[in-house]
Amino acid sequence: MTRPTAPGAGAPGVPGVERPADRTALRPAIAAAVSTRRGVELALLAFAAVITTGALVLVEANQEQELTWALLYLGAAYLALLALAHLAVRKFAPYADPLVLPLAALLNGIGLVMIHRIDLARIARAASLGNEEPAQEAVRQVGWTAIGLVFFVGVLWLVPDHRTLARYGYTAGFVGLILLALPAVLPASLSEVNGARIWIRVGPASIQPGEFAKILFVVFFASFLVVKRDLFTSAGKHFLGMTFPRPRDLGPLLVAWGVAMAVLVFESDLGTSLMFFGIVLVMLYVATERISWVIIGLTIFGAGAFAAWTFVSRVQVRVSVWLDPFADYNGRGFQVSQGLFGLATGGMGGTGLGAGRPELVPFSSTDFIFTSLGEEIGLVGLAALLVIYCVLATRAMRSALAVRDTFGKLLAAGLGWAIAWQVFVVVGGVINLIPNTGITAPFVSYGGSSLVANYALVALVLRVSNAARQPAQEKRPGTPAGPQSPLAPLAEASTEMVSRDQVRTPPQGVRPQDATAGPAGPAGHAGPGPGGHPASAHGPAPRGRTRGE
Amino acid sequence: MNTPLRRVSLAVMVLILLLLGQATWIQVVKADEYRADPRNARVLLDEYSRQRGQISAGGEVLAQSVQSPDPGDRLRYLRQYTDGPLYAPVTGYYSQIYGAGGMERAMDPVLNGTDDRLFVRRISDAVTGRDPAGGNVVLSIDPRIQRAAYEAMTSRGYQGSVVAIRPQTGEILAMVSTPSYDPNPLASHSGTTQQEAWNQLTEDDPPTLTNRAISETYPPGSTFKIVTTATALEAGAITPEAPVTAAPRITLPDSTTTLENYDGKPCGPGATVPFATAFAKSCNGPFANLAAQVGAERLRAMATSLGFENPGLTIPMPVQASRLGDLADGASTAQSGIGQRDVRLTPLQNAMIAATVANGGVTTAPQTVAQIQGQDLSTVEQTEPDSTGRAFSQSTANTLTQLMIGSENNGSGQGRIPGVQIASKTGTAEWGANPKTNPPHTWYDAFGPVPNPQIAVSVIVERGGNRGEEATGGSVASPIGRAVIAAALGGDN
Repeated sequence: MTRPTAPGAGAPGVPGVERPADRTALRPAIAAAVSTRRGVELALLAFAAVITTGALVLVEANQEQELTWALLYLGAAYLALLALAHLAVRKFAPYADPLVLPLAALLNGIGLVMIHRIDLARIARAASLGNEEPAQEAVRQVGWTAIGLVFFVGVLWLVPDHRTLARYGYTAGFVGLILLALPAVLPASLSEVNGARIWIRVGPASIQPGEFAKILFVVFFASFLVVKRDLFTSAGKHFLGMTFPRPRDLGPLLVAWGVAMAVLVFESDLGTSLMFFGIVLVMLYVATERISWVIIGLTIFGAGAFAAWTFVSRVQVRVSVWLDPFADYNGRGFQVSQGLFGLATGGMGGTGLGAGRPELVPFSSTDFIFTSLGEEIGLVGLAALLVIYCVLATRAMRSALAVRDTFGKLLAAGLGWAIAWQVFVVVGGVINLIPNTGITAPFVSYGGSSLVANYALVALVLRVSNAARQPAQEKRPGTPAGPQSPLAPLAEASTEMVSRDQVRTPPQGVRPQDATAGPAGPAGHAGPGPGGHPASAHGPAPRGRTRGE
Repeated sequence: MNTPLRRVSLAVMVLILLLLGQATWIQVVKADEYRADPRNARVLLDEYSRQRGQISAGGEVLAQSVQSPDPGDRLRYLRQYTDGPLYAPVTGYYSQIYGAGGMERAMDPVLNGTDDRLFVRRISDAVTGRDPAGGNVVLSIDPRIQRAAYEAMTSRGYQGSVVAIRPQTGEILAMVSTPSYDPNPLASHSGTTQQEAWNQLTEDDPPTLTNRAISETYPPGSTFKIVTTATALEAGAITPEAPVTAAPRITLPDSTTTLENYDGKPCGPGATVPFATAFAKSCNGPFANLAAQVGAERLRAMATSLGFENPGLTIPMPVQASRLGDLADGASTAQSGIGQRDVRLTPLQNAMIAATVANGGVTTAPQTVAQIQGQDLSTVEQTEPDSTGRAFSQSTANTLTQLMIGSENNGSGQGRIPGVQIASKTGTAEWGANPKTNPPHTWYDAFGPVPNPQIAVSVIVERGGNRGEEATGGSVASPIGRAVIAAALGGDN
């Protein structure tokens, strides 16, 4: 499928690429069909700010703090911060999905309120014990929110086209690997917090490099799989109704497995290990469309995890606590047990914001923030939060469906999955569905690395969704202006090699399946374009390319 | 590539559904169980916002909640205990950090007002706008007897327990455990005070938090001969007049192990003595032989009907089950027959045995709660005596009473009450890894007055009290038991 390039811009490099009839017929239709929907985004952001402010007022009321106008100013300041992010989206990704930023902002806001609420409890506790007043985590988290939004804007600004990222695939993978491995090589004094070596501590600040590694790995795998898909979909054996890959093609999967196991053994961190391997498996599946990869992956991960359970004491502890949190109530099971007590006390409707006792759970503002929320806003509130995550992840998936280039599809799918999978691992851990792992809930938990990384992640999702919804003829912001650079039809742009195009003559030969399978582009112009292939005509052709199947 | 994308989206929704399922499981299905868990301090914190009911006995208030003296206190009511250490084994404690124990825990639903029996009153509180408050618990404990028992133990510096029961009803009249503790610091609203008290109490040696009367089991020693004798009398295997061996030591059946009398002396001048004499002098040989003769099965049946092997007993505090042990062969049955080997019982169980003899062989369920009251002190529920069955016949009970009178009259008689006939059995139980060098636990099981017993009592003084290895039930424990009975009968001891 090709579509006409922008009228006026023409396609000088490719003679005869457009017909005058198309030009007149399609112009008004495009303008009418595609709105940027930025207004919706702004309204939803305001809605998120209102909910957050309302939640804050409830906390203050229930905690018998003085209700002042300052609360409203806080809400307004939060909205202003979000409005700046909104303006950046308007400028750098005007066609981006309007739901993604408000959803992230709402999660962030609820998280801030809960962190503040736990601050109040910690201050009260310190006062009753006559200790010094502890530092307020909420104040720091607001700072991290600002930094996160700077990263958000920065990513939108510096990555005008997600396909350029494919160029840095291996760099991203390498840096990600270093970030992941760094805590294991650093001395424990610089990397170990509460038994897991997943930190880098520099002075007072500590970062969890795994949060950033997550994004870098998604970028790496997307670019890697775009190039190497054939390797994974070539010959194989049919067995049980599935096509299994040849043993010799298992190499990359085994490498990923090795990395996941190394993290588990050397960093004693089940969470990061699960996160990493889950993302690899799903991206492999999306790229190859073969469920057999998932089955093989789960099998070897299961075997490895079983081995880890046999030999690594920390893993054993987590599993035994999972099986019966109350068995060692005063010891290792205390945190999970207290979390369950909190959730149960909250019950269906919750105790009300500020009216529960979430501070009884250790780490109630970070890893266990979901039990704090479950206690105070109940099953109903917890369900709402989970649904927000679900919508956020599926919006990323939707962008993956809609975008026309393979790299973009894999990138958006990987990022969306990363959010959902992390939520599953974290929340599943604290509500004792799976062994507790000790990673943070995206946007909600207290923690700078997590918040900043996830804002960067969301920016990438917006970048892909912008490409998916952007009308074909419009210039992309940030690309060199000029008649030589109309927006390339995305599918074609990254699915054929230029050298092969020149050899190939019949236009029907250009038929990347992704483009036909996805929702029709806004231009809605189907059929092979007349004349030569436009891939040679557009400006910034990415180097990462795929082939049609 | 779009098919797998759709499937992955579906997988995302499945993951979220799994989380919702588990959250529902915890927050709806398991919610009540977790909420009511005594380790869940949240409920406790909520409860401080309304007035908790009081615990009283014989017109004295043992535990009550009063307005917190500190106006800035976030917890509105402070729990206070009158005579804390005296009643601590009964009342238990009520701590913001460490949960609740004893009656505070067992009767929690009533005290905090959530019990179904208080439902109607809750509604009327809501309608009339009265501040919701918990129900009150009135105990069967008699403060006079409780105080007499506690003072008898503590004035001598004894470590142990006293349990007194009204034989006809099963009402517990006294339940003492020494050394005891003061629950007031645990109920403090200051975290540090609670912490310090708790750390102190959990490290106490000898332990203070443990209610020895119902949470500790001990070898009963010779007091268990009441059970062995009851079994043999029921089986027709013995009469008080029947001659039994007077040898200072016997060889246990199916083994070469010998068993000797407490002091290593013969039971009488001849080869045999009447059984009644053997009972009064507590000679070991005849009882070991009797136990082996009636066999493990009958012995176990008798013990079980007296309350052994019952892990579900509550008064309403849960009571540690008393156990008979394996009784695998003749030798172990014989040793168990004199209350050694693996026989372990709670002081409460021993008092229940004495009470059953006093009650003509009929067992009654032991109870500590006499009455449940509403906030306004009106009666909501009165505890009725609960006969749980007949362990042995009236004639066996009569014979046992006579045998126990013989035993009482054979002893040193320290603290004997003029004009009051007590029936009793002493015990001196070896325990631990070095039974010959450890100071023994001394027991005194008794009831009185005969013929119309009003109180049955069991006393244990751990580690021989102040007599060391020379201690016996007769010299150490019996004066305490007699003082308790005297207090019950209105004596001036």
